[in-house]
Formats: sequence, C-alpha cells, structure tokens
Amino acid sequence: MEALDLARWQFGITTVYHFIFVPLTIGLSTLVAIMQTIWYVKRTENWLRITKFFGKLLLVNFAIGVVTGIVQEFQFGMNWSEYSRFVGDVFGAPLAMEALAAFFVESTFLGLWIFGWERLSKRVHLLCIWAVAFSTTLSAYFILAANSFMQHPVGAVWNEELGRAQLTDIGAVLTNPTTIATFPHVIVAAWLVAGTFVAGIAGWWIVRSVKKGDEATARSVYRPAAYVGLVAILVAGVGLLVTGDHQAKIMYEQQPGKMSAAEAHCETAESVPFSILTIGNLNDPNSCGDTTAILSIPGLTSFLATGNWSGPESSVPGTENVQADFAERFGDTYGDDMVYIPNLMITYWAFRLMIGPAIFSAALALWGLWTLRGGRLTDNVWFSRLCLVALPMPFLANSFGWIFTEMGRQPWVVVPNIGADGVIEIKMATADGVSTVVGGGTVLFSLLAFTLVYGALAVVWFKLLRKDVRAGAPVVSSPDSPDTSRDRDDDQHTPDGEHESSRTPQLDFAY
Amino acid sequence: MDLPTLWFILIAVLWIGYLVLEGFDFGVGMLMRPLAKDNTDRRLAINTIGPVWDGNEVWLLTAGGATFAAFPHWYATLFSGFYLPLLLILLALILRGVSFEYRHKVDSDRWRNGWDWCIAIGSWVPAILWGVAFANIVRGVQIDADMQYVGGFWALLNPFALLGGVVTLGLFLTHGAVFLALKTSGEYQERAMALAQRLALPSAAVAAVWVIWAQLAYSRNAWTWAPLVVAALALVGVVLATRARREGWAFTLNAVAIAMAVVFIFGAIFPNVMPATDPANSLTIDNASSSDYTLTIMTWVAVVLVPVVLLYQGWSFKVFSRRLHRDQIPPQPSELVNH
Repeated sequence: MEALDLARWQFGITTVYHFIFVPLTIGLSTLVAIMQTIWYVKRTENWLRITKFFGKLLLVNFAIGVVTGIVQEFQFGMNWSEYSRFVGDVFGAPLAMEALAAFFVESTFLGLWIFGWERLSKRVHLLCIWAVAFSTTLSAYFILAANSFMQHPVGAVWNEELGRAQLTDIGAVLTNPTTIATFPHVIVAAWLVAGTFVAGIAGWWIVRSVKKGDEATARSVYRPAAYVGLVAILVAGVGLLVTGDHQAKIMYEQQPGKMSAAEAHCETAESVPFSILTIGNLNDPNSCGDTTAILSIPGLTSFLATGNWSGPESSVPGTENVQADFAERFGDTYGDDMVYIPNLMITYWAFRLMIGPAIFSAALALWGLWTLRGGRLTDNVWFSRLCLVALPMPFLANSFGWIFTEMGRQPWVVVPNIGADGVIEIKMATADGVSTVVGGGTVLFSLLAFTLVYGALAVVWFKLLRKDVRAGAPVVSSPDSPDTSRDRDDDQHTPDGEHESSRTPQLDFAY
Repeated sequence: MDLPTLWFILIAVLWIGYLVLEGFDFGVGMLMRPLAKDNTDRRLAINTIGPVWDGNEVWLLTAGGATFAAFPHWYATLFSGFYLPLLLILLALILRGVSFEYRHKVDSDRWRNGWDWCIAIGSWVPAILWGVAFANIVRGVQIDADMQYVGGFWALLNPFALLGGVVTLGLFLTHGAVFLALKTSGEYQERAMALAQRLALPSAAVAAVWVIWAQLAYSRNAWTWAPLVVAALALVGVVLATRARREGWAFTLNAVAIAMAVVFIFGAIFPNVMPATDPANSLTIDNASSSDYTLTIMTWVAVVLVPVVLLYQGWSFKVFSRRLHRDQIPPQPSELVNH
C-alpha cells in the first residue's frame, strides 16, 4: 500500500476512534451539569449521588477523548502537509480559535470541577461544570466550521501566485450554511448518545435494584436519573429529525454525488424512492445496473432532497449524471479516469447504519417513559436487556455518520463549491493533499502504533466504565455536604468511619 | 511591527506558556517514582498537578493551531519533516494523560505499576524530544526549494540536538522537583527540596554549554546574548535559591530560565521560522506566513482571549495553591483494610 492509502486509513481510524468519545463527552457533560443544577436547587442527597455517579463515568470518558484529540490537530501537518499548505490561511483560524476559546475553558474548568468539590462554593462549582459543558459544545462548532470548509468552501478566494486558498471573509466561514446545518445535528446526536447512556444505565439499575429488593434506591436515585436520559433522548430524537432533514437538503444542493451515492441512485429521475435494502454490486459507480432495490419507500428520497414527493420539482440527479457533469467540468485537470463519485457501498451502508441504530434509543425512550410513568418502577428483565442493547447503538450511529460524511466527500479533500458563492479553483483531490516527504513505511509504523495503543485503551475504557457502572451510585453521607463523600471505587464495600478521623480535610474526586 | 512578526512573537509566547507550565508536569511525572516511598507518595505527586496538567497541555494545542493559522508552511514543513519525533511525543502524551485518570481506578499493584510506567515514559520522552526538536530548528535543517524537509530522521539525532534534549530534560527535572517542594509539606517536601538542590547545578551547567554553543555557532542575531545572560543569571539564582530552601524563588527563576530559553531560540532563528542548511531555502516570517487578513482576524482573537485565559488559569492555580500533605490523600480500599 502506498503512503496515500495508509495516511487515509490512519486518518479514518484515529478520527472515528476519537469520535467514539467526543459525543459522549459533549452530551454527558451537559446532562451532568443538569443533574448538578437540580441538586443545587433541591439539595437532596439523591441528586448528589446521581451527579457523582455519572460524573465519574464522564471523567473516564473525558480523559481518552482529550488525549486522542491532540493527534487530530497534529495529523494535518504530519500526514497532510500539502493540504495544510493549501488551506492553512483559512482552515488554521478555526482550529486556533477552538483551542483558545474552547479547549482552555474546558480543561481548566474540568480540573476545577474534579478537584473543587470542597474548595469552591457550591454555586461556583456548579458554574464550572456548565463551563465545561458549554466549551465542549463550542469546540464542536469550531471544528465543524473547519470541516465544513472542506465540504463546501466559502469566504475565500484563490491566490494564483501562492497557489492556495486565501481567507477573505471569516464571517462567511463561521456562518457557512454547511456549518449551520451540521453543528446542531452533531450536538443533538451527542445528546442522543448521552441520553441513551444515562437512560440505559439507570434503567438497568432500576431493574437490578428492584430485584435485589432495594426499591428505595431505585425510586430515589435511578428513576430520576433515567428520566433525565429519557427526556434527552426525546429532545435529541426530534432534533435529529429536523436537523437531519435540513442537512439532507443542503447536501443535495452542495454535494449531489454524496447523497445520490448514499441512495445508490444512478440516473436522474423524478419521485425517487428510498431503498431500505439493496442487493448487488454497489462497489462500482458505473455499474448501477447490477443493483436491485428489494424494499423501498416510494418518493422518500425525492422528499428528503427537495421537499417534493413527486412531479418535476422532485427530480434528483443520479450518480452517473453527476459523474458526467464533473468529468466535463474538471476533465482538463484530472484526466479522463477520475471517479467523482464516492464508493457506493460504503456511503450506502454508512447512511443506513447512521439512521438505523437510533431505533433502539427510540424504543428505550417509549418503553421507559411508559413503564416508569407516575412513580412506577419495573423489574422486567426484558426492559433491562433493552437498556444494555441500546447503549452502544447511538455510538455506532455517530461513527457511521462521520464515515458517511467523510467517505462521501471523496475523491476530494476540499470539495469544489459549484454554487454561486463558490470559487471553482478552491478544490483539492485527496491524493494531492498527502505529505510528499513521508514514506509509506513511516506511515505504516505510525498506523500500527496508533492502532495498537488505541486498541488497548479501548479495552481499558470499556472495562473501567463497566466497573464504575456496576459499582452503582456512590453513597454520600449527608445531603448538603459533598465534602464528606468519597469518590472511591467500591464505596459500599469499605468499612465506613475508620478513616474519617484524619486531621485535615481530604481531597474529593482526587487521583 | 508587521503582522507576521507579531505572530512570530505570539507563537513564542505560546511556547513559553507551554514549556513553563507543562515543564513542571513533565518533571513531576519523571520524579513521581524516584521520589516516592510508597503509593501514597506517588498519589501525592500526581495530585499536585491533577487539577492543572490538562490546561497546561492546551498551550501546546494552541501553539500548534496558531502555527497552522499564522504560518501554514512552517506548520506543514515542520510537522511532516519531524514526523517520527512528533509521533513519539503524541504517543507519550496519550499514555501520560490517561494514566493520571486511570491509575487509581483499579485497586491492584500490577495495574498501578503499569500506569506508573506510562506516566514515566510519557514524561521522559517529550521532556527530551522537545529539546531535540528545538535544537534542530536552531541549527537549521535540510529543506529543499519546495519547502520540504528532506533530511530524514537520523539527521535529527546530531550531537547539538541531543545536547538540546539534555537541556530541556535538566530544566524540566529541576522544575518538577522545585514545584513538588513548593506544593507539598512534611517529609516528602524535604526529599523534593534535597533533589532540587542536587539537580539545579548540573542542569544549569548543561544549559550553559548548549546555549553558548548555539549562540556562537548558529544564532543569526547578536542580541540573543541578552536572553542568554538573563537565563544564565536565573539559573544561578535557581542554584542559590534551592540551597537557601526558597522554593518559591527557585520556581519563579527556573520559569524565567525556561522562558528565556524560548526567547533565545526564537531570537536565534529570527527572521527565519525554520532555517535551512542552504539559506536560500529557509522558511522565513514572510514566505511562510498567512495573508494579512487572516493574521488581523487572529490578532483580534488572541488579543481578546489570551488575557482571559491567563485570568482564569491564574485563578485556578490560586484555588489550588495550598500545599498538599499525605494525610489529605484519601486511602485506597486496600490501604483501608490494613488500618
């Protein structure tokens, strides 16, 4: 394999891996902030236990998200130096802003939150977790603004002398319609991850507590926690429908090849159906004739793309037509063999695997809200099983969402903006963006190193989350004094009291 | 002053922030095991940097992002050219970062030992490699007419650069020891102070040799004698302050020395950002920079946000300014059983 393919694999692996943790961090920091706010207002012990329980899980996840993020920033220069030279004048700015405006707040106030339980007043301590939640969300905005420039370059001109894109309007870059569509979609998707995470874990604990005969804890701790998660799923679900629909329409305008590939929709037509299952060879964009849709919803693709189910307004371009159109536009630059359509099989399935898993969250929300209504609890083991099955599903959906977005961008690293607000020279094929001085062997070495370290850390991450989940919500001694609580593992199993006599106050949540 | 020059200075400021702050993190990470008599001592050391290490590391991300935004060619040439050292630094920082969070999560000696190794490797490797990287930049590297680094990996391991690695190692070890002496109390503090006294002199000596070599052989500007002299005086001050057991002064002066080392390095290459062995191919402030429009935007962002960052990071250091004592480290379950 050449350096180009290896560099693409490395970017794919490190990005998808990083993005396993990011949505949970974004969503869960917000939900923990909400939990702590309820505790701040109500001052009842149960909400402190809920906050600490999910706060602990948040920290396990936060650490790995932070350290894998550094790789993302360095990787542009290391593996994609020619891309970096080409877009640096535009693309570097949102990255620097992300660090200055978001990462500093996030890291500093996370430190204050972890170690500040007894050092800060309750109000300031509460503000710290809100600062964390706000800044993680803000960081998503900046990085999506950067990514959106690759999907749909705006606010820049072509500097022929220097051979690169040059920023002319930072406002246009930060309000790129692609960013405006993508940012809320990514945020509500993060809430879906966190909502399902919280509802799934709390739901599982409700059944477990009831079966153990500890209905009191189930009622006071896990049921309210489950509600936070279930409501988050509902909000996220509605948000995903609205933002996803908006995004699909924008995408058909900006990147027709991507959405048509996602549908395996080959020839321009009206009233295009949405296929739920297609069989045959999706691998070659020029072999659309080999595919058969065996289950489909009439007109839905047209509706998603144009807002019309049928009629001339519902016409959607097919991949073959997009290919012909692009070959005519760019044939002089890239030759006759260039394929302008992304891999059909990957985009088609990634699109479905982005949407499909959300059904589990929806099922969890509906069953959960029904079975827990009006103060009820449940010991239904099937509900408990659904909780566990639903847990990983939105993670999968998020990963495939990114795979779809980024693989659907191919063969471009900067997709030409063929709209009225675009400058046609600002475009770059992925193959042209790779570092020229980094050899295949070097990239292979780093790819193996990252895969190895990341693989090991994934196992650790999963085991630690499972351990903390199984330990349950920590016991706190008094509803109004977080100072005396301990954030240790297996709190329930340790003899209480013996260590309380230390002369100096001990560190809470400490390492 | 034109905007590219201003950004050259701002990036130096970001590196000063990074190396002064994460410098003591690295030192604490390297000294965590040697200074500890038991697990409580190790946890004591980690807790001194627990609330701040992540914020310290963001200075690196900001320096990287600012270089990308202000000098795309510098970012592209440096990061693709120094690929392997940067990869090692990245892997080290990954292991180190998760270790702080994960080592206390499972109550087993094997588990803790594993993460302790990660903290050690994760601190030693970047403490040395940052020095190697910066010394190579000062020395000048092989860059071709297309702004590509073509020297390969082994050319980076020359004596001057390796000595540069020893310099940062010495500075960070001393920085960590002094920081621990500043942040702890009791018998542990005595040991940290004693170690700082032993480290200060060799650290200053190596730094002096390297910086004079750098000034005479590679500096493009005579005025870099100024930061050189200030750094030297500061390091003498560190030696004296550790002898006098004034850890506050020792820490401040060591921070000044690190800051002056960065000023020296950036001064020595100015007006280049990445000098080439063939001067015609050097990346300079002018040929590597972004457009004036981008730099203007970024200047506004930096002027508004950097002071705010300094304000709340300073506040966080103040919140956690109290010294820690072993008694404040909550017992781990196994230690509890033995009570």
